[in-house]
Amino acid sequence: MTEVLQWNDGALVREVERLSGTAVSACFQCHKCSTGCPIGPDMDLLSSQIMRLVHLGAEQDVLESQAIWLCASCEACTTRCPQGIDIAAVMDALRMLAVERKAALPDAHGEQFNRSFLSSVRHHGRVFELGMMAAYKLRSGDVFSDVDKVPQMLGKGKLSFWPRRSNVKQVRDMFRRAQQEDEPA
Amino acid sequence: MRYAFFPGCSLESTAWDFARSTQAVCQALGIEVEEIPGWVCCGSTPAHGTSASLALALPVFNLQKARAMGRPVLTACASCYARLRTANHAVRHDPKEKQRAARITNQPYDGSVEVHHILDVLVNHLGLDVVRAAVKRRLSGLKVACYYGCLLTRPPEVVAFDDAEHPTAMDRLVAALGAEPIDWPYKTECCGASLSMTHADIVSRLSHRLVAMARCAGAACIAVACPLCQVNLDMRQADARKNHGELPETPVFYITQLVGLALGLSPEQLGLNALSVRPDGLLEQLPMPVVSQQGMENCSCCCDAAAEEPRNRSRGTVPIFAAGGRENGTVPFGRAGGSR
Repeated sequence: MTEVLQWNDGALVREVERLSGTAVSACFQCHKCSTGCPIGPDMDLLSSQIMRLVHLGAEQDVLESQAIWLCASCEACTTRCPQGIDIAAVMDALRMLAVERKAALPDAHGEQFNRSFLSSVRHHGRVFELGMMAAYKLRSGDVFSDVDKVPQMLGKGKLSFWPRRSNVKQVRDMFRRAQQEDEPA
Repeated sequence: MRYAFFPGCSLESTAWDFARSTQAVCQALGIEVEEIPGWVCCGSTPAHGTSASLALALPVFNLQKARAMGRPVLTACASCYARLRTANHAVRHDPKEKQRAARITNQPYDGSVEVHHILDVLVNHLGLDVVRAAVKRRLSGLKVACYYGCLLTRPPEVVAFDDAEHPTAMDRLVAALGAEPIDWPYKTECCGASLSMTHADIVSRLSHRLVAMARCAGAACIAVACPLCQVNLDMRQADARKNHGELPETPVFYITQLVGLALGLSPEQLGLNALSVRPDGLLEQLPMPVVSQQGMENCSCCCDAAAEEPRNRSRGTVPIFAAGGRENGTVPFGRAGGSR
């Protein structure tokens, strides 16, 4: 945490505000977001601490935290923030920045899940859950968790063996154009 | 009342019972729904955590398809609901977002298609009086914890059909079915949602907390309106018990399944066999439909009420919470003849 004591030019705040479209700099550290966060007990940094570290330009501390990937996007913080900051959107922006700047992820499961999910959408137009779960397990190496649930889910008709495809070409085109939009000008 | 139905990916797989019960209830209540042809995934949480452009374009693509049908959209999945409403909100309030959506989808969209959740439609569009009048089998004595989860009421400027911190729509609906919604503090606490795949240990902790609190507050079952809430509270309930201590078996229904039961629809029509925690024991104790093929002898509403022992004694699980279960022996539950 030595980095936080250094002078910073506000570049991180500006970048996060641009990506999230919300005024991170308005945070006055009331900690209401952290108090109501259901995942708080499992996080290495609380949401209010992340907001402050963004102010201080402590890029490495924030982008390499586990907390930004543990956020479940339940929006309790966003709803309750007295300054009207969309804190869940800040978490989204930090996840995007962490991937873009190739930060060392302490726990890559969240990123691997996102990639597996979106790859399924890109290939089929809709999520093919069995394929998505298999892809995630291969990516993460977490092969054995929840395998006991699979027979039960198959038995109850909750997993299909085949994808249901829909508008695949248009979806692929949208993925391509969205990527172009996201590239920094 | 006519709607364009957006099922979403979960309702085609893990939550097929939510889709079936939603359609059965709409049919029974005269709500006309037609699936949006060629709908695609809304992007859900992975899209908005990865690309703001994708999180905008995927919902807009679906809304454009619904606009061609000339009907408002009806969804049942709370996550799809929030994503579609969020995209609408962005397009309506930010001209730049509107242009960006048009560039990515190759089609203009002005945010004019309204998006509604099935709960909103039943409570506010159709109205509780209509629901009450259609009830054939009152769910008398059934104590229900109504669990809204996160995305049905948040953020309030985007979804806005109920109070963000203390919603009541589902409670009022459950009361209209003759059941008893219990008061409890975790109505809008998050279950961990998609962390279910990546951090099952956290979801297990959160589900245990939620189910335990519902039981402490006196509920016998939980009603939800989101596929992920259902999976996390129902399918992961056994894990929660294993990891965090004893928990009575607590069925977790989709709200549409409870509505369907009250409308006299069969368990098959509502997909009740897809639930992990079997609700059979609980449903046996409900009054039978007013017109029963078995005749009225040994009916559950008036016969043998006094002979019944308090029902948590006869349940398989040991009640661990003093306030939980149903100590009240005056509730006229009987064994419903021939229901199984």
